[in-house]
Amino acid sequence: MKHLLSTQDLSARNALRLLDVAEEMAAVGEREIKKLPALRGRTVVNLFFEDSTRTRISFEAAAKRLSADVINFAAKGSSVSKGESLKDTAQTLEAMSADAVVIRHPASGAPARLAASGWIDAAVVNAGDGTHEHPTQALLDAFTLRRHWAQVGGTASAGTDLTGMKVLIVGDVLHSRVARSNVWLLTTLGAEVLLAGPPTLLPVGVGAWPCTVFYNLDDALAERPDAVMMLRLQAERMNAAFFPSTREYSRRWGFDDGRLALLDTLGLDDTVIMHPGPMNRGLEISSAAADSPRSTVLAQVRNGVSVRMATLYLLLAGDPHDDTHDQHDDLTVLIPEGRTP
Amino acid sequence: MTTPASTPAAPTQYLIRGASLLGRDAGDLLLRDGVIAAVGSAAAGEASPDAAIIDAAGLVALPGMVDLHTHLREPGREDAETVETGSRAAALGGFTAIHAMANSSPVADTAGVVEQVYRLGLASGWVEVRPVGAVTVGLGGERLAELGAMAESRASVRVFSDDGICVSDPVLMRRALEYVKAFDGVIAQHAQEPRLTEGAQMNEGDVSAVLGLTGWPAVAEESIIARDVLLAQHVGSRLHVCHVSTAGSVEIIRWAKARGIHVTAEVTPHHLLLTDDLVRSYDPVYKVNPPLRTPDDVSALRAALADGTIDVVGTDHAPHPSEHKECEWAQAAMGMTGLETALSVVQHAMVETGLLDWEGFARVTSVTPARIGRLAHQGRPLAAGEPANLILVDPTARWTVDPSTMATKGRNSPFRGLELPGSVRATFFAGHATVLDGRLATPRPAALGATGEAPAWSI
Amino acid sequence: MTVPTPESGPHKRVVLAEADIDRALTRIAHEILEANKGSRDLVLLGIPRRGFPLAQRLAQKIAAVDPAVDPDLITGQLDVTMYRDDLRRHPTRSPLATQLPPSGIDDKVVVLVDDVLYSGRTVRAALDALADLGRPRTVRLAVLVDRGHRELPIRADHVGKNLPTSSRERVRVHLAEIDLIGGSAVNEVVIEDRV
Ligand SMILES: [Zn+2]
Repeated sequence: MKHLLSTQDLSARNALRLLDVAEEMAAVGEREIKKLPALRGRTVVNLFFEDSTRTRISFEAAAKRLSADVINFAAKGSSVSKGESLKDTAQTLEAMSADAVVIRHPASGAPARLAASGWIDAAVVNAGDGTHEHPTQALLDAFTLRRHWAQVGGTASAGTDLTGMKVLIVGDVLHSRVARSNVWLLTTLGAEVLLAGPPTLLPVGVGAWPCTVFYNLDDALAERPDAVMMLRLQAERMNAAFFPSTREYSRRWGFDDGRLALLDTLGLDDTVIMHPGPMNRGLEISSAAADSPRSTVLAQVRNGVSVRMATLYLLLAGDPHDDTHDQHDDLTVLIPEGRTP
Repeated sequence: MTTPASTPAAPTQYLIRGASLLGRDAGDLLLRDGVIAAVGSAAAGEASPDAAIIDAAGLVALPGMVDLHTHLREPGREDAETVETGSRAAALGGFTAIHAMANSSPVADTAGVVEQVYRLGLASGWVEVRPVGAVTVGLGGERLAELGAMAESRASVRVFSDDGICVSDPVLMRRALEYVKAFDGVIAQHAQEPRLTEGAQMNEGDVSAVLGLTGWPAVAEESIIARDVLLAQHVGSRLHVCHVSTAGSVEIIRWAKARGIHVTAEVTPHHLLLTDDLVRSYDPVYKVNPPLRTPDDVSALRAALADGTIDVVGTDHAPHPSEHKECEWAQAAMGMTGLETALSVVQHAMVETGLLDWEGFARVTSVTPARIGRLAHQGRPLAAGEPANLILVDPTARWTVDPSTMATKGRNSPFRGLELPGSVRATFFAGHATVLDGRLATPRPAALGATGEAPAWSI
Repeated sequence: MTVPTPESGPHKRVVLAEADIDRALTRIAHEILEANKGSRDLVLLGIPRRGFPLAQRLAQKIAAVDPAVDPDLITGQLDVTMYRDDLRRHPTRSPLATQLPPSGIDDKVVVLVDDVLYSGRTVRAALDALADLGRPRTVRLAVLVDRGHRELPIRADHVGKNLPTSSRERVRVHLAEIDLIGGSAVNEVVIEDRV
């Protein structure tokens, strides 16, 4: 793994490895000293062409806990907004010897472009690109789900996948990079994914996805999902004829108090409610749902740092010129002294 | 093949020996004074002793290709292309006539601008350059441009188009179709319903769903074509549909032709070969308007070109400076270069698949586009007395596309790195060799320094 | 002591058999108790992977001497992956779990346990890892085999066997808890020539 650009091209083995490493990172997060020396002397650039304080600080905390140097490059208000191209920005970062670039960009495919262009040699981490993907969000969601699933099953989460789990994703799938990344990753990990939303906010071509699609949220809930992931409704969709009004959207596709009660009625005691944040309370999710014991919202935020630590560690810690490590299944075995190959 | 000495005075006579005429029997051709003076056994006998002799054994002689659709960027974006560089690329690609779309800066919406482009073409002398006039003032889609003045200008414009932008207002489209009947003009429509394609980045379908790029749905093209063929029928006018890209469009055009509507249709080489799967790379070299479609669309377009539902190949040659492609997909300009790869791509997609023979190739690349553009001296038979606009093609050649070696300023070829068949060995423009041995020779001297008095086709 | 085994290549010899390993561990257990003047505050931290079963075995032997000791409560695992100084020289390694005994390590006598002591770099990493986890009163080092070739000023307090080797050779420790050879669990230390 040289870059993390999407979950669609992430193998089950690499995804599981990343989640397992994230478990160890989470353990470090519970210590008094939360710092590890693994990335000492490496430079991570947070290149953000879109405002997203929560994602940026999560990556920043992850990099710092691994002792990397962090440079925050907010492209808004910088030379980039004055017309400097992605290419020039990339070459500037290359000249600064960036080892990894964490990029958030409003254009779908910008991280892939950066990784394939030859403008820069650094590892590229997609921190959300347009309406394409947000792989670390999906990984932290999978991490959260896996812990929950292991807890329900009474096992340890490390090494397990999501086989048997049913996850319902609700809302604006069309414009959601979180939904896309989750659809690929969760199905790769063995979960069954259901989608529910207004037909206007499901992409043409969704039929080819490995999911079942519902237009009616209550029909989808009747399928007894183990997790319900509510997507954020962007303000700019509200006046573009995707649905008649926010009231109607909220009634039909919002996770309101009635649907929270429905989970109890259906006996879905172990079903959790997820949201990638920031939430529109009262629109796609009611306050009661967001604050209920079923809500994993805060656990998701916490797990985000562990998953991003694992991402940076796996991309940067090893020999950058050794491409063979994806073939090594047994690398979880630490090679003891005296047996170093 | 004999290359004439690089003296200023190019030979006035060429004796082409043993070329396969339109892919059929081999024969000789004598070119003299801008016309085909003799064909077959008579040719050698009529040649003067100083005629340049070209051994064309194994080569196919075809009428020079005619492109209804190029963007030469001049005036306004000379960093992207000029009439000179674009027509050099055209000559190398086997063209003897090209139409320059009106979306220059200023827009070619007046007699002055079309005459300027026309004169630049004459001065270049590589091919016949025919300006396309804008349908509406400034491509604004609000008021008709002075279509009559452009038609009656020295540029004798017959093709009118707002290409790049759709004439979406149905009333304006109706009026334009009606009005150009007065001078036998044709409206070439860029069929794209604007509201359905706001922010559109690529074909809407399975791939766009995965990539998270805003879709450009097939229906946005098909709905405009459906409307326009009905308008053309209603007012009894000629309609030409630019760059048809979907299977549904093909069905509508087939239906319209069956009803006797005067519609002609064009397909680009890239839509005959490439699909939206390439967009997965997010490499903007594959960004084009209309977008690359699905394999089913490609099959339908090939079949339609073979059966005559689609009449012509037009390159939609659209060079862009590298900075307009070395960027994020959404920011990148739409368009691909095509003049120097058109013959090879069409040979690969249509001839080598058995869908067209070389005569059919000549029909879709030369005869029919010349007729649509009303170019009397282009797309003519290879017969004695006809204008000597023809090319010699080596159909067995194989070459790998390298945009950095092309004559166009644009480096944005989506065929980069592809091995393609067929190579243009020689291009004769009004009897003058603009390309010999596969390389640029000299521009047509009669046109050098011309100021418009001597149109290239007034032989 | 050189016993050729059927599955060995031409240059493989067993230097410690099962009984030898057991005897060495028994001796180390006694040494640890002696040095500590009893089992008070003892914590045995094995370095993955084979240091951990060795620590477990040592704890069992200590409990056999001092019945007040619960071996599970004094044993733990210390992963040093992210503290290594050679991370960039190898394909990325996944860290393993660090598990401390419930009593923690503050003010304890921590005995680091590993199978082979060679360059000393793993122990250096372990000392750094330990410092991020707490502050032991004393840290000692117990290894099954010391093969020499130190690159850092580090020595073991308790050694099962000093084994002079050439750097061309490879020392392999096989423990029944981890290693299956030919389908059966094996306890042995072998020396092989590097291929
Ligand atoms: Zn167009």
